[in-house]
Amino acid sequence: MIFTIALRELKTLFISPLAWAILAVVQVVLAFMFLAHIEEYLLLQPQLLTIDNAPGVTELVVGRLFGSAAIVLLLAVPLLTMRLISDERHNRTLSLLFSAPISMTEIVLGKFLGCVSFLGLLLLLITLMPLSLFVGANLDIGIILSGLLGLTLLLAGFAAVGLFMSTLTQYPAVAAISTFGVLLLFWLLDWSGDENNWLGQLSLMNHYEPFLRGLFDSTDAAFHILFVVTFLVLSVRRLDADRLGS
Amino acid sequence: MSSELLLEVKGVSRSYGNIQALNNISFSIAQGEVLGFLGPNGAGKTTTMQIISGNLAPSTGSVSIAGHDLLTEPRAAKAMLGYLPEQPPIYRELTVDEYLDYCAALNRIDRARRKPARDTAKEKCGLQDVGKRLIGNLSKGFRQRVGLAQAVIHLPPVVILDEPTIGLDPLQIREIRHLIRELGKDHSVILSTHILPEVRASCDRVQIINKGSLVLNDSIDSLSRHMKSSLLTVGFRQAPDLSLLQALEGVQSVQADGKRRVQVFCDRNADPTDQIVKLAAKKEWGLVEISPQGVSLEQLFLELTKDDQKTAAGAEA
Repeated sequence: MIFTIALRELKTLFISPLAWAILAVVQVVLAFMFLAHIEEYLLLQPQLLTIDNAPGVTELVVGRLFGSAAIVLLLAVPLLTMRLISDERHNRTLSLLFSAPISMTEIVLGKFLGCVSFLGLLLLLITLMPLSLFVGANLDIGIILSGLLGLTLLLAGFAAVGLFMSTLTQYPAVAAISTFGVLLLFWLLDWSGDENNWLGQLSLMNHYEPFLRGLFDSTDAAFHILFVVTFLVLSVRRLDADRLGS
Repeated sequence: MSSELLLEVKGVSRSYGNIQALNNISFSIAQGEVLGFLGPNGAGKTTTMQIISGNLAPSTGSVSIAGHDLLTEPRAAKAMLGYLPEQPPIYRELTVDEYLDYCAALNRIDRARRKPARDTAKEKCGLQDVGKRLIGNLSKGFRQRVGLAQAVIHLPPVVILDEPTIGLDPLQIREIRHLIRELGKDHSVILSTHILPEVRASCDRVQIINKGSLVLNDSIDSLSRHMKSSLLTVGFRQAPDLSLLQALEGVQSVQADGKRRVQVFCDRNADPTDQIVKLAAKKEWGLVEISPQGVSLEQLFLELTKDDQKTAAGAEA
Protein backbone atom coordinates (compact mmCIF):
# COMPACT_ATOMS: atom_id res chain seq x y z
CA MET A 1 0.00 0.00 0.00
CA ILE A 2 2.85 2.34 0.87
CA PHE A 3 4.43 1.48 -2.47
CA THR A 4 1.21 2.18 -4.35
CA ILE A 5 1.13 5.70 -2.98
CA ALA A 6 4.87 6.17 -3.44
CA LEU A 7 4.70 5.04 -7.04
CA ARG A 8 1.85 7.38 -7.85
CA GLU A 9 3.67 10.26 -6.18
CA LEU A 10 6.69 9.55 -8.34
CA LYS A 11 4.55 9.34 -11.47
CA THR A 12 2.86 12.65 -10.69
CA LEU A 13 6.25 14.27 -10.20
CA PHE A 14 7.43 13.12 -13.59
CA ILE A 15 4.22 14.16 -15.32
CA SER A 16 4.76 17.71 -14.12
CA PRO A 17 7.54 19.70 -15.76
CA LEU A 18 8.72 20.79 -12.32
CA ALA A 19 10.56 17.57 -11.59
CA TRP A 20 12.40 17.67 -14.92
CA ALA A 21 13.26 21.31 -14.41
CA ILE A 22 14.66 20.60 -10.97
CA LEU A 23 16.70 17.66 -12.25
CA ALA A 24 18.11 19.78 -15.05
CA VAL A 25 18.84 22.91 -13.04
CA VAL A 26 20.47 21.05 -10.16
CA GLN A 27 22.57 19.08 -12.60
CA VAL A 28 23.77 22.13 -14.52
CA VAL A 29 24.59 24.15 -11.41
CA LEU A 30 26.43 21.28 -9.76
CA ALA A 31 28.31 20.45 -12.94
CA PHE A 32 29.57 24.00 -13.02
CA MET A 33 30.63 23.81 -9.38
CA PHE A 34 32.25 20.45 -10.00
CA LEU A 35 34.34 21.84 -12.84
CA ALA A 36 35.28 24.87 -10.74
CA HIS A 37 36.42 22.59 -7.89
CA ILE A 38 38.55 20.58 -10.31
CA GLU A 39 40.13 23.67 -11.78
CA GLU A 40 40.95 24.94 -8.33
CA TYR A 41 42.47 21.60 -7.44
CA LEU A 42 44.65 21.64 -10.54
CA LEU A 43 45.97 25.09 -9.55
CA LEU A 44 46.69 23.93 -6.02
CA GLN A 45 48.23 20.62 -7.01
CA PRO A 46 51.91 21.77 -7.20
CA GLN A 47 51.73 23.19 -3.69
CA LEU A 48 49.95 20.13 -2.33
CA LEU A 49 52.79 17.93 -3.55
CA THR A 50 55.15 19.67 -1.17
CA ILE A 51 52.99 18.99 1.90
CA ASP A 52 53.02 15.73 3.79
CA ASN A 53 49.63 14.11 4.24
CA ALA A 54 47.97 16.64 1.99
CA PRO A 55 44.27 16.17 1.37
CA GLY A 56 43.67 14.17 -1.78
CA VAL A 57 41.57 14.78 -4.82
CA THR A 58 38.61 12.95 -3.36
CA GLU A 59 38.40 15.17 -0.33
CA LEU A 60 39.08 18.39 -2.19
CA VAL A 61 36.81 17.78 -5.13
CA VAL A 62 34.24 15.16 -4.21
CA GLY A 63 33.82 16.27 -0.60
CA ARG A 64 33.30 19.86 -1.66
CA LEU A 65 30.93 18.82 -4.42
CA PHE A 66 28.71 17.03 -1.91
CA GLY A 67 28.96 20.06 0.35
CA SER A 68 27.71 22.35 -2.41
CA ALA A 69 25.08 19.82 -3.42
CA ALA A 70 23.58 20.05 0.06
CA ILE A 71 23.16 23.82 -0.30
CA VAL A 72 21.70 23.61 -3.79
CA LEU A 73 19.26 20.90 -2.72
CA LEU A 74 18.27 22.92 0.32
CA LEU A 75 16.84 25.31 -2.22
CA ALA A 76 15.38 22.66 -4.51
CA VAL A 77 13.79 20.16 -2.13
CA PRO A 78 11.10 22.54 -0.80
CA LEU A 79 9.85 22.90 -4.37
CA LEU A 80 9.56 19.15 -4.68
CA THR A 81 7.85 18.52 -1.39
CA MET A 82 5.51 21.50 -1.36
CA ARG A 83 2.76 19.76 -3.29
CA LEU A 84 2.82 16.44 -1.45
CA ILE A 85 -0.19 16.99 0.79
CA SER A 86 -1.15 20.62 0.28
CA ASP A 87 -2.11 20.01 -3.33
CA GLU A 88 -4.35 17.10 -2.38
CA ARG A 89 -5.92 19.25 0.26
CA HIS A 90 -6.42 22.06 -2.22
CA ASN A 91 -7.98 19.78 -4.85
CA ARG A 92 -10.03 17.93 -2.23
CA THR A 93 -8.53 14.61 -3.23
CA LEU A 94 -7.40 13.84 0.29
CA SER A 95 -10.78 12.25 0.99
CA LEU A 96 -9.92 9.53 -1.52
CA LEU A 97 -7.07 8.47 0.75
CA PHE A 98 -9.02 9.04 3.96
CA SER A 99 -11.96 6.87 2.94
CA ALA A 100 -9.79 4.06 1.57
CA PRO A 101 -8.81 1.24 3.92
CA ILE A 102 -5.35 2.63 4.69
CA SER A 103 -3.91 4.23 7.77
CA MET A 104 -2.49 7.72 8.12
CA THR A 105 0.93 6.22 8.70
CA GLU A 106 0.75 4.44 5.37
CA ILE A 107 -0.28 7.63 3.62
CA VAL A 108 2.58 9.59 5.14
CA LEU A 109 5.16 6.86 4.54
CA GLY A 110 3.97 6.43 0.97
CA LYS A 111 4.31 10.12 0.23
CA PHE A 112 7.68 10.25 1.94
CA LEU A 113 8.99 7.24 0.09
CA GLY A 114 7.82 8.60 -3.25
CA CYS A 115 9.65 11.84 -2.64
CA VAL A 116 12.79 10.14 -1.35
CA SER A 117 12.92 7.87 -4.39
CA PHE A 118 12.96 10.90 -6.60
CA LEU A 119 15.74 12.42 -4.52
CA GLY A 120 17.58 9.10 -4.79
CA LEU A 121 17.50 9.43 -8.54
CA LEU A 122 18.80 12.97 -8.29
CA LEU A 123 21.57 11.73 -6.01
CA LEU A 124 22.51 9.06 -8.51
CA LEU A 125 22.91 11.66 -11.23
CA ILE A 126 25.04 13.83 -8.95
CA THR A 127 27.26 10.91 -7.99
CA LEU A 128 27.97 10.13 -11.63
CA MET A 129 30.04 13.31 -11.83
CA PRO A 130 32.77 12.43 -9.33
CA LEU A 131 32.78 8.87 -10.62
CA SER A 132 33.94 10.26 -13.96
CA LEU A 133 37.19 11.22 -12.22
CA PHE A 134 38.07 7.53 -12.11
CA VAL A 135 39.28 8.00 -15.65
CA GLY A 136 42.32 9.95 -14.58
CA ALA A 137 42.69 9.77 -10.81
CA ASN A 138 42.81 7.45 -7.86
CA LEU A 139 39.72 8.06 -5.81
CA ASP A 140 39.11 7.15 -2.20
CA ILE A 141 35.93 5.11 -2.45
CA GLY A 142 35.40 5.31 1.31
CA ILE A 143 35.03 9.07 1.24
CA ILE A 144 32.66 8.91 -1.72
CA LEU A 145 30.46 6.35 -0.02
CA SER A 146 30.39 8.16 3.29
CA GLY A 147 29.58 11.43 1.53
CA LEU A 148 26.83 9.71 -0.37
CA LEU A 149 25.40 8.22 2.81
CA GLY A 150 25.55 11.61 4.51
CA LEU A 151 23.78 13.32 1.64
CA THR A 152 21.12 10.60 1.52
CA LEU A 153 20.37 11.01 5.22
CA LEU A 154 20.36 14.77 4.87
CA LEU A 155 17.95 14.68 1.94
CA ALA A 156 15.64 12.30 3.79
CA GLY A 157 15.56 14.92 6.55
CA PHE A 158 14.80 17.67 4.02
CA ALA A 159 11.97 15.59 2.57
CA ALA A 160 10.49 14.86 6.00
CA VAL A 161 10.44 18.55 6.92
CA GLY A 162 8.92 19.37 3.53
CA LEU A 163 6.25 16.74 3.96
CA PHE A 164 5.31 18.06 7.37
CA MET A 165 5.12 21.64 6.15
CA SER A 166 2.95 20.45 3.30
CA THR A 167 0.45 18.93 5.73
CA LEU A 168 0.01 22.28 7.44
CA THR A 169 -1.42 24.27 4.57
CA GLN A 170 -3.33 24.01 1.34
CA TYR A 171 -1.09 26.44 -0.50
CA PRO A 172 2.00 24.84 -2.03
CA ALA A 173 3.87 28.14 -2.05
CA VAL A 174 3.36 28.54 1.70
CA ALA A 175 4.60 25.00 2.25
CA ALA A 176 7.68 25.70 0.11
CA ILE A 177 8.72 28.88 1.82
CA SER A 178 8.17 27.48 5.32
CA THR A 179 10.13 24.35 4.46
CA PHE A 180 12.94 26.50 3.17
CA GLY A 181 12.87 28.63 6.31
CA VAL A 182 12.93 25.67 8.69
CA LEU A 183 15.70 23.93 6.79
CA LEU A 184 17.81 27.05 6.64
CA LEU A 185 17.34 27.61 10.36
CA PHE A 186 18.40 24.06 11.12
CA TRP A 187 21.36 24.57 8.84
CA LEU A 188 22.49 27.72 10.58
CA LEU A 189 21.77 26.76 14.18
CA ASP A 190 25.46 26.52 15.07
CA TRP A 191 26.06 30.11 14.14
CA SER A 192 25.17 31.28 17.60
CA GLY A 193 28.66 32.07 18.91
CA ASP A 194 29.11 29.97 22.05
CA GLU A 195 30.86 26.70 21.31
CA ASN A 196 29.11 24.70 24.00
CA ASN A 197 25.78 25.95 22.83
CA TRP A 198 23.27 23.08 22.74
CA LEU A 199 21.60 24.64 19.73
CA GLY A 200 24.67 23.75 17.72
CA GLN A 201 23.97 20.12 18.49
CA LEU A 202 20.77 20.39 16.49
CA SER A 203 22.43 21.90 13.47
CA LEU A 204 22.08 19.81 10.35
CA MET A 205 25.39 21.07 9.03
CA ASN A 206 27.31 19.91 12.11
CA HIS A 207 26.00 16.41 11.57
CA TYR A 208 26.59 16.41 7.84
CA GLU A 209 30.08 17.84 7.58
CA PRO A 210 31.91 14.83 9.14
CA PHE A 211 30.50 12.55 6.43
CA LEU A 212 32.25 14.67 3.81
CA ARG A 213 35.60 14.05 5.45
CA GLY A 214 34.93 10.32 5.35
CA LEU A 215 34.14 10.22 9.03
CA PHE A 216 31.18 8.00 9.87
CA ASP A 217 29.95 8.69 13.36
CA SER A 218 26.87 6.73 14.43
CA THR A 219 25.72 9.75 16.47
CA ASP A 220 25.47 11.76 13.28
CA ALA A 221 23.55 9.01 11.51
CA ALA A 222 21.26 8.62 14.52
CA PHE A 223 20.65 12.34 14.55
CA HIS A 224 19.51 12.33 10.94
CA ILE A 225 17.29 9.31 11.45
CA LEU A 226 15.71 10.86 14.53
CA PHE A 227 15.20 14.06 12.60
CA VAL A 228 13.35 12.19 9.87
CA VAL A 229 11.24 10.15 12.28
CA THR A 230 10.26 13.24 14.27
CA PHE A 231 8.90 15.06 11.27
CA LEU A 232 7.15 11.98 9.91
CA VAL A 233 5.41 11.42 13.23
CA LEU A 234 4.43 15.08 13.31
CA SER A 235 2.94 14.68 9.82
CA VAL A 236 0.88 11.66 10.86
CA ARG A 237 -0.36 13.54 13.91
CA ARG A 238 -1.23 16.53 11.80
CA LEU A 239 -3.31 14.46 9.36
CA ASP A 240 -5.04 12.74 12.25
CA ALA A 241 -5.88 16.11 13.72
CA ASP A 242 -7.41 16.98 10.36
CA ARG A 243 -9.88 14.19 10.81
CA LEU A 244 -10.64 15.15 14.37
CA GLY A 245 -11.13 18.63 13.04
CA SER A 246 -9.39 20.37 15.87
CA MET B 1 -36.89 -5.12 8.30
CA SER B 2 -35.54 -8.60 7.95
CA SER B 3 -32.47 -7.99 5.77
CA GLU B 4 -29.11 -7.30 7.27
CA LEU B 5 -28.27 -3.83 8.53
CA LEU B 6 -25.26 -2.59 6.61
CA LEU B 7 -24.77 0.77 8.17
CA GLU B 8 -25.64 1.81 11.66
CA VAL B 9 -25.17 5.30 12.96
CA LYS B 10 -25.76 5.66 16.67
CA GLY B 11 -26.06 8.91 18.56
CA VAL B 12 -23.54 10.79 16.48
CA SER B 13 -22.87 14.40 17.41
CA ARG B 14 -20.28 16.70 16.05
CA SER B 15 -19.36 20.23 16.93
CA TYR B 16 -16.97 22.70 15.39
CA GLY B 17 -15.87 24.86 18.26
CA ASN B 18 -19.09 26.33 19.64
CA ILE B 19 -21.18 25.39 16.64
CA GLN B 20 -23.12 22.18 17.01
CA ALA B 21 -23.21 20.81 13.48
CA LEU B 22 -24.82 17.47 14.27
CA ASN B 23 -26.92 16.66 17.26
CA ASN B 24 -27.42 13.05 18.29
CA ILE B 25 -28.15 11.51 14.89
CA SER B 26 -29.08 7.85 14.61
CA PHE B 27 -30.15 5.89 11.57
CA SER B 28 -29.45 2.69 9.73
CA ILE B 29 -29.55 1.25 6.24
CA ALA B 30 -30.45 -2.25 5.24
CA GLN B 31 -29.03 -4.14 2.31
CA GLY B 32 -30.14 -2.97 -1.12
CA GLU B 33 -31.78 0.19 0.14
CA VAL B 34 -31.40 3.64 -1.37
CA LEU B 35 -31.67 6.30 1.29
CA GLY B 36 -32.25 9.89 0.32
CA PHE B 37 -30.66 12.30 2.72
CA LEU B 38 -32.33 15.66 2.46
CA GLY B 39 -31.77 18.96 4.09
CA PRO B 40 -31.36 22.64 3.38
CA ASN B 41 -27.87 23.93 2.77
CA GLY B 42 -25.81 23.96 5.93
CA ALA B 43 -28.06 21.50 7.76
CA GLY B 44 -25.27 18.99 8.34
CA LYS B 45 -25.62 16.67 5.35
CA THR B 46 -22.02 16.86 4.27
CA THR B 47 -20.77 16.61 7.83
CA THR B 48 -22.77 13.41 8.25
CA MET B 49 -21.41 12.00 4.99
CA GLN B 50 -17.88 12.87 6.04
CA ILE B 51 -18.33 11.14 9.36
CA ILE B 52 -19.74 7.97 7.81
CA SER B 53 -16.93 7.88 5.30
CA GLY B 54 -14.26 8.25 7.95
CA ASN B 55 -13.09 11.67 6.79
CA LEU B 56 -14.17 13.26 10.02
CA ALA B 57 -14.32 11.84 13.50
CA PRO B 58 -17.58 12.29 15.42
CA SER B 59 -17.41 14.13 18.74
CA THR B 60 -19.58 11.43 20.29
CA GLY B 61 -21.42 8.37 19.04
CA SER B 62 -20.45 5.49 16.81
CA VAL B 63 -20.70 4.39 13.21
CA SER B 64 -20.53 0.78 12.19
CA ILE B 65 -20.37 -0.50 8.64
CA ALA B 66 -21.29 -4.12 7.98
CA GLY B 67 -20.58 -4.88 11.62
CA HIS B 68 -17.19 -3.15 11.80
CA ASP B 69 -16.89 -0.10 13.97
CA LEU B 70 -15.41 2.79 12.04
CA LEU B 71 -13.34 4.04 14.95
CA THR B 72 -11.96 0.80 16.34
CA GLU B 73 -11.57 -1.17 13.11
CA PRO B 74 -11.23 1.58 10.51
CA ARG B 75 -9.55 -0.60 7.93
CA ALA B 76 -12.21 -3.32 7.84
CA ALA B 77 -15.00 -0.74 7.93
CA LYS B 78 -13.56 1.44 5.18
CA ALA B 79 -13.10 -1.57 2.91
CA MET B 80 -16.90 -1.90 2.94
CA LEU B 81 -17.43 1.64 1.83
CA GLY B 82 -17.35 3.72 -1.33
CA TYR B 83 -17.51 7.49 -1.03
CA LEU B 84 -18.08 10.19 -3.59
CA PRO B 85 -17.61 13.59 -1.93
CA GLU B 86 -19.27 16.75 -3.17
CA GLN B 87 -16.23 17.46 -5.30
CA PRO B 88 -15.06 14.22 -6.90
CA PRO B 89 -11.54 13.40 -5.65
CA ILE B 90 -9.92 13.03 -9.05
CA TYR B 91 -6.41 13.65 -10.24
CA ARG B 92 -6.64 15.70 -13.39
CA GLU B 93 -3.23 14.69 -14.63
CA LEU B 94 -4.07 10.97 -14.82
CA THR B 95 -6.03 9.10 -17.45
CA VAL B 96 -9.27 7.46 -16.41
CA ASP B 97 -7.68 4.02 -16.51
CA GLU B 98 -4.65 5.06 -14.49
CA TYR B 99 -6.83 6.73 -11.94
CA LEU B 100 -9.18 3.79 -11.51
CA ASP B 101 -6.23 1.42 -11.22
CA TYR B 102 -4.84 3.57 -8.46
CA CYS B 103 -8.19 3.57 -6.65
CA ALA B 104 -8.41 -0.19 -7.01
CA ALA B 105 -4.94 -0.55 -5.53
CA LEU B 106 -5.80 1.80 -2.66
CA ASN B 107 -8.77 -0.42 -1.91
CA ARG B 108 -6.50 -3.44 -1.77
CA ILE B 109 -7.71 -5.21 -4.89
CA ASP B 110 -5.01 -7.67 -6.00
CA ARG B 111 -3.09 -6.88 -9.11
CA ALA B 112 -4.72 -9.73 -11.06
CA ARG B 113 -8.25 -8.57 -10.26
CA ARG B 114 -7.65 -4.89 -10.91
CA LYS B 115 -8.32 -4.91 -14.63
CA PRO B 116 -11.64 -6.79 -14.39
CA ALA B 117 -12.67 -4.52 -11.50
CA ARG B 118 -11.79 -1.47 -13.53
CA ASP B 119 -13.70 -2.71 -16.55
CA THR B 120 -16.79 -3.48 -14.50
CA ALA B 121 -16.75 -0.07 -12.87
CA LYS B 122 -16.26 1.64 -16.22
CA GLU B 123 -19.12 -0.28 -17.72
CA LYS B 124 -21.40 0.54 -14.81
CA CYS B 125 -20.68 4.23 -15.14
CA GLY B 126 -20.60 4.44 -18.93
CA LEU B 127 -16.91 5.24 -19.19
CA GLN B 128 -15.86 2.57 -21.70
CA ASP B 129 -14.88 5.06 -24.39
CA VAL B 130 -12.84 7.47 -22.32
CA GLY B 131 -10.41 5.09 -20.58
CA LYS B 132 -7.37 6.55 -22.31
CA ARG B 133 -8.31 10.18 -21.87
CA LEU B 134 -6.95 12.57 -19.28
CA ILE B 135 -9.46 13.26 -16.54
CA GLY B 136 -8.62 16.96 -16.71
CA ASN B 137 -9.90 17.08 -20.30
CA LEU B 138 -13.23 15.42 -19.58
CA SER B 139 -16.49 17.30 -19.20
CA LYS B 140 -17.97 17.81 -15.77
CA GLY B 141 -20.53 15.03 -16.22
CA PHE B 142 -17.85 12.56 -17.12
CA ARG B 143 -15.70 13.61 -14.20
CA GLN B 144 -18.66 13.00 -11.95
CA ARG B 145 -18.95 9.53 -13.45
CA VAL B 146 -15.28 8.91 -12.85
CA GLY B 147 -15.92 9.87 -9.25
CA LEU B 148 -18.79 7.39 -9.12
CA ALA B 149 -16.68 4.66 -10.71
CA GLN B 150 -14.07 5.28 -8.05
CA ALA B 151 -16.68 4.80 -5.33
CA VAL B 152 -17.90 1.45 -6.64
CA ILE B 153 -14.75 -0.09 -8.06
CA HIS B 154 -14.23 -2.39 -5.06
CA LEU B 155 -17.92 -3.36 -5.00
CA PRO B 156 -18.51 -1.99 -1.53
CA PRO B 157 -21.77 -2.92 0.21
CA VAL B 158 -22.32 0.71 1.15
CA VAL B 159 -21.98 3.61 -1.28
CA ILE B 160 -22.17 7.19 -0.07
CA LEU B 161 -22.89 9.90 -2.63
CA ASP B 162 -22.75 13.53 -1.61
CA GLU B 163 -24.77 15.66 -4.03
CA PRO B 164 -23.79 13.64 -7.10
CA THR B 165 -25.84 15.65 -9.59
CA ILE B 166 -24.74 19.13 -8.59
CA GLY B 167 -23.72 21.25 -11.57
CA LEU B 168 -24.75 18.77 -14.24
CA ASP B 169 -27.01 19.45 -17.20
CA PRO B 170 -30.51 17.87 -17.22
CA LEU B 171 -29.50 15.03 -19.50
CA GLN B 172 -26.52 14.13 -17.36
CA ILE B 173 -28.67 14.36 -14.24
CA ARG B 174 -31.04 11.84 -15.74
CA GLU B 175 -28.20 9.50 -16.56
CA ILE B 176 -26.65 9.77 -13.12
CA ARG B 177 -30.03 9.11 -11.49
CA HIS B 178 -30.49 6.09 -13.65
CA LEU B 179 -27.04 4.98 -12.58
CA ILE B 180 -27.93 5.44 -8.93
CA ARG B 181 -31.01 3.27 -9.35
CA GLU B 182 -28.83 0.64 -10.99
CA LEU B 183 -26.38 0.84 -8.11
CA GLY B 184 -29.25 0.39 -5.67
CA LYS B 185 -29.74 -3.13 -6.97
CA ASP B 186 -26.42 -4.41 -5.65
CA HIS B 187 -25.32 -1.81 -3.12
CA SER B 188 -26.87 0.13 -0.30
CA VAL B 189 -26.74 3.75 -1.28
CA ILE B 190 -26.94 6.94 0.73
CA LEU B 191 -27.71 9.87 -1.49
CA SER B 192 -27.33 13.31 -0.05
CA THR B 193 -29.00 16.13 -1.90
CA HIS B 194 -31.12 19.20 -1.60
CA ILE B 195 -32.91 18.50 -4.85
CA LEU B 196 -36.27 16.98 -4.00
CA PRO B 197 -37.33 15.32 -7.27
CA GLU B 198 -34.04 13.48 -7.18
CA VAL B 199 -35.10 11.70 -4.04
CA ARG B 200 -38.47 10.81 -5.49
CA ALA B 201 -36.77 9.50 -8.60
CA SER B 202 -34.16 7.33 -6.98
CA CYS B 203 -34.79 6.54 -3.32
CA ASP B 204 -36.70 3.97 -1.29
CA ARG B 205 -36.48 5.87 1.91
CA VAL B 206 -36.06 9.47 2.79
CA GLN B 207 -34.52 11.20 5.71
CA ILE B 208 -34.65 14.90 6.37
CA ILE B 209 -32.10 16.70 8.45
CA ASN B 210 -32.46 20.22 9.68
CA LYS B 211 -30.08 22.18 11.87
CA GLY B 212 -28.14 19.09 12.81
CA SER B 213 -31.09 16.94 13.87
CA LEU B 214 -33.10 14.36 11.98
CA VAL B 215 -36.67 15.52 11.58
CA LEU B 216 -37.98 12.67 9.42
CA ASN B 217 -37.00 9.15 8.52
CA ASP B 218 -39.53 7.16 6.54
CA SER B 219 -40.13 5.26 3.35
CA ILE B 220 -41.23 7.25 0.32
CA ASP B 221 -44.56 5.44 0.19
CA SER B 222 -45.64 6.31 3.69
CA LEU B 223 -44.72 9.94 3.49
CA SER B 224 -48.37 10.96 3.38
CA ARG B 225 -48.71 10.05 7.02
CA HIS B 226 -46.59 13.04 7.87
CA MET B 227 -48.63 15.46 5.85
CA LYS B 228 -50.94 17.84 7.56
CA SER B 229 -52.76 18.66 4.35
CA SER B 230 -53.09 17.57 0.78
CA LEU B 231 -53.02 19.77 -2.26
CA LEU B 232 -55.24 20.23 -5.32
CA THR B 233 -54.26 22.33 -8.30
CA VAL B 234 -57.27 23.80 -10.09
CA GLY B 235 -57.28 25.83 -13.31
CA PHE B 236 -60.16 28.00 -14.62
CA ARG B 237 -60.87 29.95 -17.77
CA GLN B 238 -62.27 32.91 -15.78
CA ALA B 239 -60.72 34.28 -12.63
CA PRO B 240 -62.55 32.57 -9.72
CA ASP B 241 -63.76 34.06 -6.48
CA LEU B 242 -61.33 32.74 -3.92
CA SER B 243 -63.58 33.34 -0.94
CA LEU B 244 -66.19 30.94 -2.33
CA LEU B 245 -63.59 28.24 -2.71
CA GLN B 246 -62.33 28.93 0.74
CA ALA B 247 -65.80 28.38 2.15
CA LEU B 248 -66.04 24.81 0.85
CA GLU B 249 -66.02 22.00 3.37
CA GLY B 250 -62.60 20.51 4.12
CA VAL B 251 -60.66 23.35 2.54
CA GLN B 252 -57.96 24.80 4.75
CA SER B 253 -56.66 27.56 2.58
CA VAL B 254 -56.62 28.75 -1.00
CA GLN B 255 -53.73 30.32 -2.81
CA ALA B 256 -53.85 31.97 -6.19
CA ASP B 257 -51.20 30.64 -8.51
CA GLY B 258 -51.24 33.17 -11.32
CA LYS B 259 -54.56 34.70 -12.44
CA ARG B 260 -56.55 31.63 -13.34
CA ARG B 261 -54.96 28.85 -11.36
CA VAL B 262 -55.54 28.11 -7.74
CA GLN B 263 -53.89 25.86 -5.22
CA VAL B 264 -56.32 24.43 -2.74
CA PHE B 265 -54.97 23.03 0.49
CA CYS B 266 -57.41 20.69 2.15
CA ASP B 267 -57.67 18.40 5.15
CA ARG B 268 -55.83 15.15 4.73
CA ASN B 269 -58.90 12.97 4.43
CA ALA B 270 -61.24 15.39 2.77
CA ASP B 271 -61.73 15.43 -0.99
CA PRO B 272 -63.48 18.60 -2.16
CA THR B 273 -63.03 17.76 -5.87
CA ASP B 274 -66.72 17.20 -6.55
CA GLN B 275 -67.73 20.37 -4.77
CA ILE B 276 -65.21 22.42 -6.71
CA VAL B 277 -66.48 21.01 -10.02
CA LYS B 278 -70.07 21.80 -9.07
CA LEU B 279 -69.21 25.29 -7.89
CA ALA B 280 -67.25 26.01 -11.05
CA ALA B 281 -70.17 24.83 -13.22
CA LYS B 282 -72.64 26.94 -11.30
CA LYS B 283 -70.57 30.11 -11.49
CA GLU B 284 -69.42 29.40 -15.07
CA TRP B 285 -65.73 29.83 -14.26
CA GLY B 286 -64.89 27.30 -16.95
CA LEU B 287 -62.96 24.57 -15.20
CA VAL B 288 -60.06 23.42 -17.40
CA GLU B 289 -57.84 21.52 -15.00
CA ILE B 290 -58.10 19.83 -11.65
CA SER B 291 -55.38 17.55 -10.38
CA PRO B 292 -54.44 16.18 -6.99
CA GLN B 293 -50.78 16.73 -6.21
CA GLY B 294 -50.58 13.75 -3.91
CA VAL B 295 -47.91 14.07 -1.33
CA SER B 296 -45.45 16.66 -2.33
CA LEU B 297 -42.07 16.07 -0.88
CA GLU B 298 -41.38 19.71 -1.32
CA GLN B 299 -44.34 20.62 0.81
CA LEU B 300 -43.35 18.15 3.48
CA PHE B 301 -39.83 19.40 3.41
CA LEU B 302 -40.91 22.99 3.82
CA GLU B 303 -43.33 22.05 6.55
CA LEU B 304 -40.77 20.11 8.53
CA THR B 305 -37.96 22.60 8.20
CA LYS B 306 -40.32 25.48 8.95
CA ASP B 307 -41.69 23.76 12.03
CA ASP B 308 -38.23 23.50 13.31
CA GLN B 309 -37.59 27.16 12.83
CA LYS B 310 -40.69 27.95 14.81
CA THR B 311 -39.78 25.72 17.69
CA ALA B 312 -36.24 27.04 17.65
CA ALA B 313 -37.59 30.56 17.86
CA GLY B 314 -39.91 29.44 20.64
CA ALA B 315 -37.05 27.92 22.57
CA GLU B 316 -35.06 31.09 22.35
CA ALA B 317 -37.92 33.27 23.51
